Amino acid sequence: MERRTEDHPGRPLANGKTVSRRFSLSGVVLVMIGLPILAGLAGTVGPAFGLLPALGGDHLTLSHFAELAAQPHLLRSMQISFSTAIVTTGLSLAIVMLFTAGYAGTRMFSRIQHLVSPLLAIPHAAAAFGLVFLVAPSGLAMRLVSPDLTGYVSPPDWLVPQDPLGLTMMAGLIVKEMPFLFLVTLAALPQVPLLQARQLSASLGYGRIRGFLISVWPLLYRQIRLPVFAVVAYASSVVDVAMILGPALPAPLAVRITEWMADSDLRMRFLASAGALLQFGLTMAAMVTWLALEQIGSVLLRRMSGSGVRKADDRLLRRSACAVMALSAGLVFLGLATLLVWSIAGLWPFPALLPDSFTLQPWLRALPQAGVAITTTISLAGSSAAIALLLAIGLLWQGGHRDGHPMGSVLYLPLIMPQLCFVFGLQILSVTLGFAASFPLLLFVHLIFVLPYVVLSLSQPWRALDRRYETLAAGIGKSPLQILLQIRLPMLTRACLTAFAVGFAVSAGLYLPTLLIGAGRIVTITTEAVALSSGGDRRAIGVYALLQTLVPFGGFLIASLVPHLLFRGRRAMRI
Amino acid sequence: MTPKTTDGLHLETISIALDGRTLLSLSAHVRPGEILTVMGPSGAGKSALLAYICGFLDPVFTGSGRILIDGGDLTGIAAEKRRCGMLFQDPLLFPHLSVGGNLLFGLTPSIAQRDQRRRMVEQALIDVELEGFYDRDPATLSGGQKARVALQRVMLSAPRLLLLDEPFSKLDSDLRQQTRGLIFARAKSAGLPVVLVTHDQADADAAGGPVIVIGEDNRR
Repeated sequence: MERRTEDHPGRPLANGKTVSRRFSLSGVVLVMIGLPILAGLAGTVGPAFGLLPALGGDHLTLSHFAELAAQPHLLRSMQISFSTAIVTTGLSLAIVMLFTAGYAGTRMFSRIQHLVSPLLAIPHAAAAFGLVFLVAPSGLAMRLVSPDLTGYVSPPDWLVPQDPLGLTMMAGLIVKEMPFLFLVTLAALPQVPLLQARQLSASLGYGRIRGFLISVWPLLYRQIRLPVFAVVAYASSVVDVAMILGPALPAPLAVRITEWMADSDLRMRFLASAGALLQFGLTMAAMVTWLALEQIGSVLLRRMSGSGVRKADDRLLRRSACAVMALSAGLVFLGLATLLVWSIAGLWPFPALLPDSFTLQPWLRALPQAGVAITTTISLAGSSAAIALLLAIGLLWQGGHRDGHPMGSVLYLPLIMPQLCFVFGLQILSVTLGFAASFPLLLFVHLIFVLPYVVLSLSQPWRALDRRYETLAAGIGKSPLQILLQIRLPMLTRACLTAFAVGFAVSAGLYLPTLLIGAGRIVTITTEAVALSSGGDRRAIGVYALLQTLVPFGGFLIASLVPHLLFRGRRAMRI
Repeated sequence: MTPKTTDGLHLETISIALDGRTLLSLSAHVRPGEILTVMGPSGAGKSALLAYICGFLDPVFTGSGRILIDGGDLTGIAAEKRRCGMLFQDPLLFPHLSVGGNLLFGLTPSIAQRDQRRRMVEQALIDVELEGFYDRDPATLSGGQKARVALQRVMLSAPRLLLLDEPFSKLDSDLRQQTRGLIFARAKSAGLPVVLVTHDQADADAAGGPVIVIGEDNRR
C-alpha cells in the first residue's frame, strides 16, 4: 500500500480508492436494475388508477378495475395461470429432487447432466413449437400410431395443444424449467456433504432417496430457493409459451393482458395496466402458496425422519425419476427434429410418417425476410451479454456480490418479478417521455434480464478458483488489476465464455420485453417466431423456431471451442 | 454360554486393490463384543476396508472376499440393507435437525409409536449423560457431546456390527479416552462385533482385542 502511494504521488490512498470504486459499481448496477423496475411499476400503477395524462387520464378512478372485473371468464384465466405456476414448479422440482436423490454422484448422473444441459440454451418458444409438432392431432405422435392403431385417416378434432386445462402448456414449461432447476441444483451440490451423508444414511439402513431427502435436501433446497421462486414467477406470467401451447378461450391472464396492451385502441392501456397489477397480485398469491407448500413439505420431511421408516428399496422410484428426466429431454430433442423435418417438407399428408418429398423452399422463402431479425437478435444478444459479462466481472472482482449483500436480492429482482408488471410501465413511460422504440433502449431493458443470469453463471467458478494463485501473484508484486487481467481472467476464460453464452441465450429468447419495448419496430427472431404461432404455417414455424435455436447454440459452440484454440498446448486448461 | 463359531463377524480372504495393486488382504473372525483393531498408515486402505464391509466401496477400488455376520452373508447386498453401523471421523450430525431429530433418524422403525419413539430417544440421551438435550441445536454441542449423540444415533438403529473409522482422532486426549471407553463399553454390552481402524497404538491397547497391521510392507 505504501509503495503504491509513493509510486503515484498526488493520488489518494490505494485503499480509499478501492472503497470508493467498489461503492460506485455496485451502486451503478443497483440503480441500473432497481430504478427501471420501480419506474416500471409506477408506470403500471398510475394508468391502472386512471393516471395517464398523454391519453387524457388526469383523475384517480377505480373504473378500470371495474372494467377488468367485467371481462368475460377473467376468473378462469386467473385459475389457469395460478395452477400452471404451482403445477409446473411442483412437478419440475419434484422430478429434479428425486433424480438428484437417487443418482447424485453416480455415472448415470453425469450422463443425464450432459443430456439435459443443452436444453437450457433452447429458447422456450422453440421448445414449445417442437412440442406442438409432436402432440398436435396431426403431430408426429399421432402419425406414429395412425392409421394402424387409431384408424384415423385424417387428424382427429382434439383440442390439443390448446387444451382448456392448460396441461400441454404445463408440459411445455416443465421440460424447460426442469433443466434450469437441475443446473442450479448441480451448482449447489458441491456445497453440501453429499458423500458423507449418503454413507451415513446407508449405514443406518436408509434407501438412497429417503436418506438423501432427510439428510441433504433441506440444505440443498435452501441454496436453490431463489431460482425456485423465479420459476413460480415465470410460470405464472409466461406469455410466449402460453400463446403457443396454452388454452385460447379464455387464454391465461398474461396472454390476455398482452393482447390488451398491443391493442390499437390506446385506451385499452388503462385496462392492460389494471390487468398487470392483477397479474402482480396473482404471482404474489402463487408465491405465498408456494411458501405454504414449503411449510407442508418440511413438516412431512420431519415426520418422515422421525418415523425412522427406512424404505431401503427405492429402485422403482429412482428409475422412474431418471426415466422422466431422460424422457423430457428426449421430447425436446425429438420436437426439434420434427421442426427440422417440417422446415424442409414438401407435401406431407396426415397419416404419413415422413413427407412425400423434401424441399429447401421454406428456407429460401424465409431467410431473406429473416435476415434483419437475425442481425438484430445477434447484435442485441451479443452486446447485452458482453456488457453484462463486463459488469459481472467488475461486480465479482470488487466483491460486491456476496451472500447477504443487498446487491444479491436486487440483482435477482427481475427474475422474481413478473416481467409484464414493470415492462408495461416502462413502455408507457418511454412513450410518455417521447422516447421512440430504439435499439439502445431495448438493449438496456435486455441487460436488466441478462445480467442476473450472467452473474449467476459466473459467480460459482469465480469463487471456486483457488485463491492461492492470487496470493502467489501478489507476493511477486503484481497489482490487483494485474492479477485480475493476467491470472484470474485467463484461468476463468471458459467460465467467462459460458457466462457470455448464457447471457446471449437469455437475450435471444426474450419475448415480452422485446415485443413491448421494440413496439413492433424492432423485431428479433423470437418475436417473429411467436408471431407465426397463430398463422399455422408449419414450414415457416419450423424455419423460425430452428433459427431461434441455432442462434443461442452458436454462442455455446463458440464458448466451448475458443478455449480449445486458446489453450492448445495447455492440458490442464482443457476439460 | 458357549458361542457358536458362526456367531460374530467373519471376514473371509478380504482383499482390496487399487489400480491392480493390492492394498491389503486379510481374514479375521470378530466375536460378539470383541474389537478387532486394524492399524496402518494413511493411504494403506483402512477406510476402504470399512467401506467394503459396509457396501459403499468407491468404484476406483476393487474388493473381493466374503463378509458373514452371524452366519448370514452380507457380500453383494446393498449397503442400506446390511445394518452395518458406522462411526466416522466427524460426528456428522444433521445441522437442520435437533439432537432428538438426529436420534429419531437413527432409531429403528420397528418401534412405530410416536411417544414410544420419543421415550426411547430420551432414554438414549440419559444413557450418555445428555438428559434434556432433545430439543438442542447440534451446533451448540461440544465435541464430546456430539460424539456421544453420534454414538447413540447408530446404536438406536440396532446394527448387527459396528465399524469405527478413527472416530476419536479429532478429540483432544482427555476426551478421547473418555469417548473411547464409552463407545467400547456400549458395543460390548450390546454384544456387537466391532472393527476399529486407527493409526494410534493407544486405541489398539484400549480395545484389548486382536490387532492386524496393514500397509507395512507397501511402505518399505
